[in-house]
Amino acid sequence: MLEISDLSGGYGAVEVLRGVTLTARGGEVTCVMGRNGAGKTTMLRAIMGQVRASAGTIRLKGTELQSLPAHEVPRHGIGYVPQGRRLFSDLTVAENITIGLMTRNHGAATRDKVLDLFPRLRERLDQRAGTLSGGEQQMLAIARALCLEPAVLLLDEPTEGLQPSMIAAIRDTVMLLKTTGVATILVEQRVDAVLSMADQVAFLQNGILAETCAAAALTPASPQFQTYVGV
Amino acid sequence: MEFGPFLLLALMEGMVMSAVLALTAVGLSLVFGVMRVVNVAHGEFFMLGAVAAWFVTQAVPGHPALGFAAALLLAPLFVGAVAALADGLILKRLNYDPEATIVATIGLSYIFQQAALSFYGPDARPVLAPFDLRLQLPWFGYSGYKIAVVIAAALILIGIWLFMTRSRAGLVMRATQADRDTARAFGINVDRVFATVFALGAAMAAMGAVLIVPIQQAHYLMGHDPLLLSFIVVIIGGLGSLRGTLVAALLIGLSDGVISVFFSPTLAKILATLFVALVLVFRPQGLFGGQR
Repeated sequence: MLEISDLSGGYGAVEVLRGVTLTARGGEVTCVMGRNGAGKTTMLRAIMGQVRASAGTIRLKGTELQSLPAHEVPRHGIGYVPQGRRLFSDLTVAENITIGLMTRNHGAATRDKVLDLFPRLRERLDQRAGTLSGGEQQMLAIARALCLEPAVLLLDEPTEGLQPSMIAAIRDTVMLLKTTGVATILVEQRVDAVLSMADQVAFLQNGILAETCAAAALTPASPQFQTYVGV
Repeated sequence: MEFGPFLLLALMEGMVMSAVLALTAVGLSLVFGVMRVVNVAHGEFFMLGAVAAWFVTQAVPGHPALGFAAALLLAPLFVGAVAALADGLILKRLNYDPEATIVATIGLSYIFQQAALSFYGPDARPVLAPFDLRLQLPWFGYSGYKIAVVIAAALILIGIWLFMTRSRAGLVMRATQADRDTARAFGINVDRVFATVFALGAAMAAMGAVLIVPIQQAHYLMGHDPLLLSFIVVIIGGLGSLRGTLVAALLIGLSDGVISVFFSPTLAKILATLFVALVLVFRPQGLFGGQR
């Protein structure tokens, strides 16, 4: 569904990604792992058009995304949950959700469907996003992205700093999205979380896609985790 | 006149100043809050509004109210269009870099000033008030137009507040203010938002100028004071905080009115500057600004 071919790019003269090729299929979770600075977040930002590609292509259902202005990329059905959530913290929960809905002109039906997934947010619609707990903020960040009814969902370290019950809730949501045909690209550092959600795992090293393998072929003791992630 | 009525007169004068200052400073604060651009040309947008008001009132025949109503509509539209053009031609090309835009808006302010000198001339020219009404209080008479200025400014500010908090466009602006990268990730055309905000900020300055020009006259150098006072207000209120800007405009306007009437206008400016210095030392984010 989302095809990344020979993608290179970075910040100014610094090339972070070097010839990355990766395919994320509908109904599957593709986990991207690698050490700090390997280029995981840069890859997601390049997909979103926030980092310009110097070479290569990013295709979604035949449309080349890399040449589009950044604000047009999400309208093609790519939902993004950035690292650190990046909520509009002075806006209320309801307003954050509305921004998500406006992206592709979805209405009340989508809003209700998303809030059914996160009933706790329904109770806090008038609360400012910045005053939510860490777990609730992550729920809102995911809910906001789901308001696009995305074909592809990009999640950048969604479990970072969360308690186990919240991590389980996020895993349940990701697994539910799999059944609806969403292609998920998940940047994650926790091996247990990766193995419980992923269909394929891509290992980035210094901006190069070093290895891609089926998650079923990996165990917590697999050498790839030591080699590429250092755990 | 006894002290009580004298104080009332000073407060009424202060309210007129607060009203116009609030309109002008909210425009400056909005531009900084959303775009992170310190618009040094803001005072010249104020001046352009006043000059445009003079041209419009000269062009519209009949009762002064007709010309004034046309000026209140057309001058902000004209100044907003000039600002949107400046945004597209200059600020966008500088990628809204904070330092570069300061230099660029300094340049813009000189261009606007010299353009006004060339096309309007060096003279201060009056614009007739839309009506001539004098309210007779028990202690003194007072201009009905000045009271209308306060009411009009309050209505415009309420309109801006409703626009920012209740409308879809206002929500988009607030989201862009909070995080422009994330706004882009949700389909918001940040460049278009910036052009709109820059135009709206300039139009607000122009609205303030149209309201004040029957009291002060239009002049090509009249942008200096509004710029200085607007900066004082947004620094005290907190850069980017609309609520803080309103409170600070009220504070500075009223104190300026009272001190000017009882002592001297120069002392009022000195005290306002001292207050800014104290805010910068003890609360650099302003009275209502968050930590950045």
